Amino acid sequence: MNIRMKFKKHGCMKFIGHLDIMRYFQKAIRRAEIDIAYSEGFSPHMIMSFAAPLGVGLTSEGEYVDLQVHSCESSKAAIKALNSVMVEGMEVVSFKLLPETVKNAMASVAAADYFVNFREGYAPENWKEKFESFLQKEEMLIVKKTKRSEAEVDLKPMLYKAEIRDEGIFMQTACGSVNNLKPELVMEAFVKDAGIELAPFALEVCRLEVYADLGDETSRKLVPLEELGEDIEP
Amino acid sequence: MRKLALSDEILLTVEKPARYIGNEVNSVMKNKKDIAVRFAMCFPDVYEIGMSHLGIQILYDMFNRREDIWCERVYSPWTDLDKIMREQNIPLFALESQDPIKDFDFLGITIQYEMCYTNILQVLELSQIPLMASERTMEHPFVIGGGPCTYNPEPLADFFDLFYMGEGETVYFPLMDLYKEWKASGASREEFLRKASHIPGIYVPSLYEVTYKEDGTILEMRPKFEDVPAKVDKQIVMEMSEATYPEKPVVPFIKATQDRVVLEIMRGCIRGCRFCQAGMLYRPTRQKDVKVLKDYAYKMLKSTGHEEISLSSLSSSDYEQLEELVTFLIDEFKGKGINISLPSLRIDAFSLDVMSKVQDIRKSSLTFAPEAGSQRMRNVINKGLTEDDILRGAGLAFEGGWNKVKLYFMLGLPTETEEDMKGIAHLAEKIAKRYYEIPKDQRNGKCQITISTSFFVPKPFTPFQWAPMNTMDEFLGKARIVNAEVKEQLNRKSLKYNWHQADVTILEGLLARGDRKVAKAILAAYKKGCIYDAWGEQFHYDRWLEAFDETGLDLDFYTTRPREMDEVFPWDFIDIGVTKKFLEREWKRATEETVTPNCRMQCSGCGAMRYEGGVCYEH
Repeated sequence: MNIRMKFKKHGCMKFIGHLDIMRYFQKAIRRAEIDIAYSEGFSPHMIMSFAAPLGVGLTSEGEYVDLQVHSCESSKAAIKALNSVMVEGMEVVSFKLLPETVKNAMASVAAADYFVNFREGYAPENWKEKFESFLQKEEMLIVKKTKRSEAEVDLKPMLYKAEIRDEGIFMQTACGSVNNLKPELVMEAFVKDAGIELAPFALEVCRLEVYADLGDETSRKLVPLEELGEDIEP
Repeated sequence: MRKLALSDEILLTVEKPARYIGNEVNSVMKNKKDIAVRFAMCFPDVYEIGMSHLGIQILYDMFNRREDIWCERVYSPWTDLDKIMREQNIPLFALESQDPIKDFDFLGITIQYEMCYTNILQVLELSQIPLMASERTMEHPFVIGGGPCTYNPEPLADFFDLFYMGEGETVYFPLMDLYKEWKASGASREEFLRKASHIPGIYVPSLYEVTYKEDGTILEMRPKFEDVPAKVDKQIVMEMSEATYPEKPVVPFIKATQDRVVLEIMRGCIRGCRFCQAGMLYRPTRQKDVKVLKDYAYKMLKSTGHEEISLSSLSSSDYEQLEELVTFLIDEFKGKGINISLPSLRIDAFSLDVMSKVQDIRKSSLTFAPEAGSQRMRNVINKGLTEDDILRGAGLAFEGGWNKVKLYFMLGLPTETEEDMKGIAHLAEKIAKRYYEIPKDQRNGKCQITISTSFFVPKPFTPFQWAPMNTMDEFLGKARIVNAEVKEQLNRKSLKYNWHQADVTILEGLLARGDRKVAKAILAAYKKGCIYDAWGEQFHYDRWLEAFDETGLDLDFYTTRPREMDEVFPWDFIDIGVTKKFLEREWKRATEETVTPNCRMQCSGCGAMRYEGGVCYEH
């Protein structure tokens, strides 16, 4: 049975990097006695894969990991078992059975939602006005450095949505192996454009959701990854 | 949600912020309001090392079972955070509550190796607790030391209010009860320490006076008051199967050195190797019942979710129910994705059979610790392993498909000759030869034999406590002799030789057998920036030499000087059960190259029988 699990990551857990979160879940799955499948071979490992690694320092409302299990009583029971062995700041919110036809989480990822806000005392003056005018630009150019070269890239096609919400910014960006736009990079382009000097660590970023794209080449149809699965009823 | 002691900015700047946030699975949170005693338990090294230590896990669990005590953990901040904390004047904090250590009732420091002494000062200074015990006031916690290095606590005597001699499971609760009583009474710090010294096993250095002879050795160490005991008795647990043990050890987020469930199967060792301090300190050997261990294996794997389980003891092959335990672990857990990691077992048919089930033969290696190259030298150190044992074990393993062997030796042992040193190369060569006796089509390519030598450090409470240590030049000269001899061997291409750093060893030797006068040199070295001395790249021997110079300490006095049989040692005031007479007898037998049988073969009257249990009463 292929399972897609969704979890939240908050508080001090943002300091735990992706590899350690993987280790954390391997141990949590054993503590919760989830009937997980192991690979063959001399040193078997759990069959699990994460959708999109989350950077250190970011919190999240919607992280995904796919698992293979031999059996599962019900989604509700699995969620309860897992949450009874979580630490503060980690919470499993869904545990769904995937149809055979669905691609794995990592291959499915197409976009993600983020909420970005300024850490207390770090918000630049009149940033809302400046951000609104930034959004009107035809192009959002930034120099992207890779190991080999520097190239000017336009971020705008990868920024699907952006708007001011409360005291922060909501954005939806391309995510995954084809195109990937980090919200921090959007903010970098913004402050450069607005001529603002932003202190290091001024931003707090929370990932809100990760999507698959069920559309075609002409139009996107973004669906939260969990909606590709079904709850297991007892 | 807890408020962290460090800001996001700092945590996102330093390497591995997970070292400082707590919140791990099975870490214990309590309500401060209900707590009478707050105890900070420290391992003065980096988090990943400290979290791997079984002793702290045992005591952490033991303390936290009591409702009126909250035991939390603290480790040495790595050098990056150390710098920031000093610059910004941030006090060191405990992982669970994130509260400053200076507000605790106790700071307990486990002292596992000599090279962490400067880190103890780092922890005190970052905690904003005066380094010298004599400068602490009612506002400060009591600083208490424990662990193997406290069997010669004297070099650290100035920095600690108390030391706990022996195994922590025994008298901590009486000490905590005394503390609660004292706290309520409003009496002075001195009053508490004085009363604490009446608890067996508790040593309060400030209550003793040491006088010296003209030659610098000790004339006398005696209590300042009549009610303070002249001898401090080691504390040990006699009923191992009933002793407290953590069912829910803390599980770190980042990979610690020991990232697995650890089952302690036995304490102590029956072998009596004459260089080995643990072998004397933890006498008598005490085993845990296999039924109890099976139960712990289930509970601990369930509560941690670890994917590996390992056994802990000084010599697992001497655990009498080993076969039953290992078979159980394999049958019960191997199919559930749990790795069974076996400690170095004596290589024989049983251990090879077990190893072939739990590890990949092509990748794993066999480990032998002959400790010395010649039979003569092995008799001197009372290491029972013979050349025949090794060649037979290696032969069996080679036929079973193994082709990697690791060999551990020591250089600089008492009475060592050039022949003994060369014997190391010769033994390795014989093992290689044994491998190539196997027909080519039946063996697995070339064999790899890795020879490692460390330099011998005489330790307190061993028969070699009287032995002069080698100088740095002697050590390195010996390593060169071994290296040259290895290169002379026919199968030299299959042999690889590594040796230890000699300067760290010299320092370890000084600290191991140092007296109270050494404290000022430790302090001076720390002031020069020495911390993390156990970490090769952080170690600055030159700074230590300067510190000795400035404080007028003679390195040779502590290391290479031959000791008279009747010399008063700094650690003589501790009674470990094993008598000085026995150690003296063993020292003499060593020079006569006479082997002493192990505890199961024949009692040698070491003195540990007075604890009325363990191997002394086994059959």
